[in-house]
Formats: sequence, structure tokens, C-alpha cells
Amino acid sequence: MRLDVKKTYKLFIAGKFPRSESGRSYQVKDSKANHVANVALASRKDVRDAVQAARAAQPGWAGASAYNRGQVLYRIAEMLEGRREQFVSEISSLTGKTQKQADAEVSAAIDSWVWHAGWTDKIDSVAGSMNPVAGPYFNISTNQPTGVVGAFAPQGSALVGFVNTIAPAIVSGNTVVVVTSEHLSLPALTLGEVLATSDLPGGVVNILSGKEAELSSWLVGHMDVNAVDLEGTSNPTELEISAANTVKRVIRPGTYPREGAKGNLQHILDLMEVKTVWHPKGH
Amino acid sequence: MFDYAPAPEAKLASFQKSYGHFIGGKFTKPANLYPTINPASEEVLAQISHGTAKDVDLAVKAARSSYEKVWSKLSGAERGKYLYRIARIMQERARELAVAETLNNGKPIKETRDFDVPTAVSWFFYYAGWADKLDHAGLGHNPQALGVAAQVVPWNFPLMMLAWKIAPALAAGNTIVLKPSETTPLSALLFAEICQQAELPEGVVNIVTGFGDTGAALVGHKDVNKVAFTGSTEVGKIIAKQVAGSNKKVTLELGGKAANIVFDDAPIDQAIEGVINGIFFNQGHVCCAGSRLLIQESIHDEFIKKLKRRMSTLRLGDPMDKNTDVGAINSADQLAKIKKLVKKGVSEGGELWQPECKIPRNGFWFAPAIVDNVSPANTVAREEIFGPVLSVITFRTPAEAVTKANNTEYGLSAGIWTEKGSKMLKLADQLNAGVIWSNTFNQFDPTSPFGGFKESGYGREGGRQGLLSYLKAGK
Repeated sequence: MRLDVKKTYKLFIAGKFPRSESGRSYQVKDSKANHVANVALASRKDVRDAVQAARAAQPGWAGASAYNRGQVLYRIAEMLEGRREQFVSEISSLTGKTQKQADAEVSAAIDSWVWHAGWTDKIDSVAGSMNPVAGPYFNISTNQPTGVVGAFAPQGSALVGFVNTIAPAIVSGNTVVVVTSEHLSLPALTLGEVLATSDLPGGVVNILSGKEAELSSWLVGHMDVNAVDLEGTSNPTELEISAANTVKRVIRPGTYPREGAKGNLQHILDLMEVKTVWHPKGH
Repeated sequence: MFDYAPAPEAKLASFQKSYGHFIGGKFTKPANLYPTINPASEEVLAQISHGTAKDVDLAVKAARSSYEKVWSKLSGAERGKYLYRIARIMQERARELAVAETLNNGKPIKETRDFDVPTAVSWFFYYAGWADKLDHAGLGHNPQALGVAAQVVPWNFPLMMLAWKIAPALAAGNTIVLKPSETTPLSALLFAEICQQAELPEGVVNIVTGFGDTGAALVGHKDVNKVAFTGSTEVGKIIAKQVAGSNKKVTLELGGKAANIVFDDAPIDQAIEGVINGIFFNQGHVCCAGSRLLIQESIHDEFIKKLKRRMSTLRLGDPMDKNTDVGAINSADQLAKIKKLVKKGVSEGGELWQPECKIPRNGFWFAPAIVDNVSPANTVAREEIFGPVLSVITFRTPAEAVTKANNTEYGLSAGIWTEKGSKMLKLADQLNAGVIWSNTFNQFDPTSPFGGFKESGYGREGGRQGLLSYLKAGK
């Protein structure tokens, strides 16, 4: 008989897989309450490290051509498809979903990456504008990423909810620090391995597993975060008030569905800024 | 001038001895054969089937059947995934496609490798992403495909033109019968293999090779819903007449006689490169080529001197050599046409200058040329030469530049070279052209609509607007 080798589930920060700097971990159990893994329990310091990594990666990611970002997002879909079975097994173990249901969730996650991949180079064609101002001026409005997004993935979704939380943020050139579902964190952490092998630059997505209630005040209150997605939080009003201190853009829980095989353009635009450029016309 | 060792990669592409048409997912038995050659050597590369009206009919039937039974029933997301597959396989086989294109077209390998093939790929990636987002195309909720699209593409960018046609049409949900040019069918036939590798449902893309009569049969077929043509204005007019009175939606991307306008406040060295690229890229076989240099009179002498010096460094020769700038003219017919027009331009007062360069013994070649002192009435100022020939015209004021630039039946593109943004933007408003490049030239991107005013055609390819050529509003 051969003993199988089990994976250590760690955080994903700046393209690397560290344990929590706090040295803490917590137990993740399957749907029948059996032990599955001890997972890194992220701390306030991990939040700060992750925000720093996200900020450092942001100009490069936003500066990549939309075409390039689209190819990277499509590559994520390709890599996820190749590891389908692993995700099916993690999802069904944690959630109690049947293989078929879990398989459908993975399909939705893959297709959502493909849907998002196609948006990178179309956002401005659909949501930008030439503005016919009443004067001899060239006037154009474009959309650009807001910067660093702090996000809380839905607690009740193991994979597709997580994907539909990070993809709308990074599609336009934001970077993200995302806190996983506490109890369903394994597929999200495994997705970090997919991201790490998809030509996504390190630091574009930073994944923290742990307790949202412990981390949320630090991530939402962080001065260097531009927008927060409060989907997976338990005290969103309090957090929205905190976010107002630095006028962060806020996505309230329940605003967008997170379970589907595609996202929502408005969700993408919520994490972008409109920039209007004027230039005179005349000899 | 340095000498370089050639870097031939000809073995990266191999062709079958003969090809049939690609209909219903399979190649038909080769029939009614004619040779396709390498215009740089006149060697025969393969035997190609000259499609008949019967072949066209079979292809349209296959396209109709797959439209009704398969393609129109797939979700946009699933259609998009086929397009992504095609894009990926083209990337995987990119070098092979580049070599094949260079062998069959005569254009330099550095262009097929760095421009034609990557641009073709990018078109598939871009429109792949549109397939599940048609509600955002601008026609309201749930816009509809047209049905079967008949597409006829030219020989100057065979694979790229194919991509410009096929990618948006499939994304929008149409099925296709495409006819490549008689002189450059090989990359389209390799593309047919790529459709097979992508497991694209049979009949979604059909390729019928042949000459003008094949194209006419396709365009005129009663069961096509859409006609998309890129080629000469002369043929474009014939097609527009042929479809008159039908319900066929038509887009035409035709000829051009673009003005490349250089002001005295332009970044001169950059402008020299832009003018060179504008007219000598792809041997000038470019519908949007900057074939008329409109140069501000005060800098005429200095600019032409620099231009001639730069032209002297262009390397003409083996298109498979990575260092070649100017490849072969695509066909004997095209070469004869270029020679005839240049001769006429000289007889009408133009001053011809060509750098000394060694012309290879076999194949079709024309050394880069400028014709200076060209009057607005000169043939080389009016007619599209579709070759490496630059006509030089002077102007004094911006208003005169606009008048001269617009003094043409064409309206495809224009270039404006000035460091003054406000002047550029005003001129851009005044020029009657579908694409305006400022301080650059010959830029193409799948996100950017391309197409002409006036007799340069109608409809756009590329961008969101390019999608509208293949859609109608939902009910």
C-alpha cells in the first residue's frame, strides 16, 4: 500500500505561497464534518503584505495591453479546465454537492473566465464615448481601473462565487486582495495555483483564507485600497462607513449574482474610473 | 550596405500536390485544376481547383444546413469558444502560416511573421469575446445573425483578410462560404485544416477556390444573406449592381488613394519612416497605402532628399530572407499594371526616381519608386496603382492640403504629420476618409473599425462597428 501525499494549503501573495506570518492555521472540514486540511489563517499583517503586493503589481497589470490581459484570462480558463477533476473533488467534498453538480460549478467558473477574458478589449468600445461638446474640442471619455480592490468572496460558494469576485476586478487592470469563504476555502486556494501558472503577474490576485470578521476592518480600512467588494462580509454597513473615510468605491453584498457562467458589465464598471480628455481643434 | 546570410525557413510549410474545395467539413476531390505559384520564383506550389457554380451551390447548401441545424442553435458562449480554439491553433501554427503566406504571396517573411499572422490571430481572439456579448453590440437586446455570408477576399493580405471576414461573421452567428483570391489560396486552405483541428461543426466555414467567375457565382447565389467583399473599386461596383434588388446585406472594402500629409512642423525623421511604411509596406499592395505624399512646399526639397536616402537602404529580394523589406509583386498582371501606370504618370509630367537595386532574375519585381512634381490631374495622383509607387504633391496651407487630399473618388485613409495636436484634430474632421492616422501610418487593431468613405466602399471591419456588418436587430 502506498500512502498518498497531501497538499499544504497556503496563502497566495505576490505570486508566492506563504503560510500566514502569524503562524496560525484553522481546520477545514468536509460536508460530513471530517477533517480535510489545516489551512493558513490570515492575519492583519498578511492583509497589509497582500495590499502592498497588489499595489506594486497594479501599474504593470493595468499597463499591459487589453489584448494581453484577455489572453491571460483565457489562459486561466484553459488551466482550470485541465485541472477540472481536482476542483470537482474539492467542491463536492466541502459542499456535499454531487459530482455532477460540482462539475457544473467548475464549468460555470471556466466559462465565466472566458466571458471576462472577452471584455478586456471591449469595455471602452461599449462604455466609453466621444462627447460632442459645443465647441472646437476633441473630447473623449475612457474607463480606467480604479487601482487596488479589496474583496470578500461569498461565504456559500466554493469556486464560482470566488471567480465571479476576482474576475470583474482584474479584467480591467485592477489588482485584488481577496478573502476566501472561510469554510469553503480550498478551491479558492487551489485556484491560486492555477493563477500562478497562467502568466498572470504575481501580485495581481492575492488570496487570503481566514475569518472575514477578523480581516475585514483591516482590509476595508486600509488607506491604499481604492474599492471594496463586501459580498462575503457579515457587517457590511459598518464596513461601508469605514470605507467612506477614504471614499472607497463600495460594492454592497447581493448587488451582483456570483453563481453564473458569466458576470455583469456593471460590476466591471463599478471598479473603474471614467476619465475625460479635452483637446482643442484648430489650425 | 551590409550583407546578410539568408535565413530560409521554407521547409516550415508544406503543401499538398493539389487541393479541392473545403465544403461541409471535408475537402472535395481536386478538379478543374490550375497552378498557384510563388511570385518570387515563379515555381508552382500546388494545383488548385477552379470552383464552378455547382461547387458554389454545394458550399452554400452546406453553409445553410449547418446554419439551420447547428450554428444558430449554439449559444454565443459556445460559438465564442470555437473561435478561441481557432485563435489558439493559429498561434500554435503561426510560423508555418507565415511561411506559407510568404511563399504564395511574395511578401517579406518579416511582415507575415510579425504582422499578417499575429493580426489575423488577434481578430479571432477579439471577436471570440464578442460572441456572448452581442447584446452590447449596439442593436438592442438579442440581435440576430443574417444567415449565410458570402465572402470574397483579395490577395494582398490573404490570411488577414480571411480573419477580418470570418471572425466577426462567426461571432455574430453566421455561417460562411469564402472565396480566396485565385493567386493566393494556400493560407485559406491551411485555415480549412485549422477548422478541422478545432472541430468546428461541418459546414460552418466553407472555402471555394477559384477566379472571378467563382466569386460572381457566390455573390449572386440566391441563398446567401450577406455579401462581404474586399478588393478593387471596379469589382465592388459590379457586385453592388449584382446584388441590387435583393435582401443581401453588403459591405465593400475597396480601393484607396490616401494622402499622407506632412507639415513643416512634423517630426521629420518619424515622418520619413511613416511615409516609407505607408507606401512600401507590402510592396504598396495595400488599399489604404499612403500613395500620395502631400508635402508642405517649404520642406519639399529637404524631405525628398531624406526620403530618397532612406529608400536607398530598402532591401528588395528574396521574401524568405528575414532582412528583406520589399518582396515580390504578387503577379505578372499586377506588375504590368504598375509599369503601365507609372509610364503614364511620367508621360504626364511626373519625375520618376528609383534607387539602384538588384532585381532578381525570376519572379515579379518593381523597385520602390517616387514620382515627384505630380499635378493633381496626373494619372498617378488619381488612380490606385497598388504598388510601391509614391506620388509627390505639394501644398502651402492646411486648407489647400485638405482640398487636395479630398480631391479623389476614394476615401479610405489619410495620414497627418504635425506636432501640433489642434491642427491635426481639425484636419481629421475635414478629411473625407474612414481612417485617419496621425504621426503614424498603417496601424490596424481588431478593436478599431476600418473602412472607407465614398468609392472606397461601405461598412466597417473591426471593433464593435465591425460586428454590425453581420447582425440585424432582434424582434
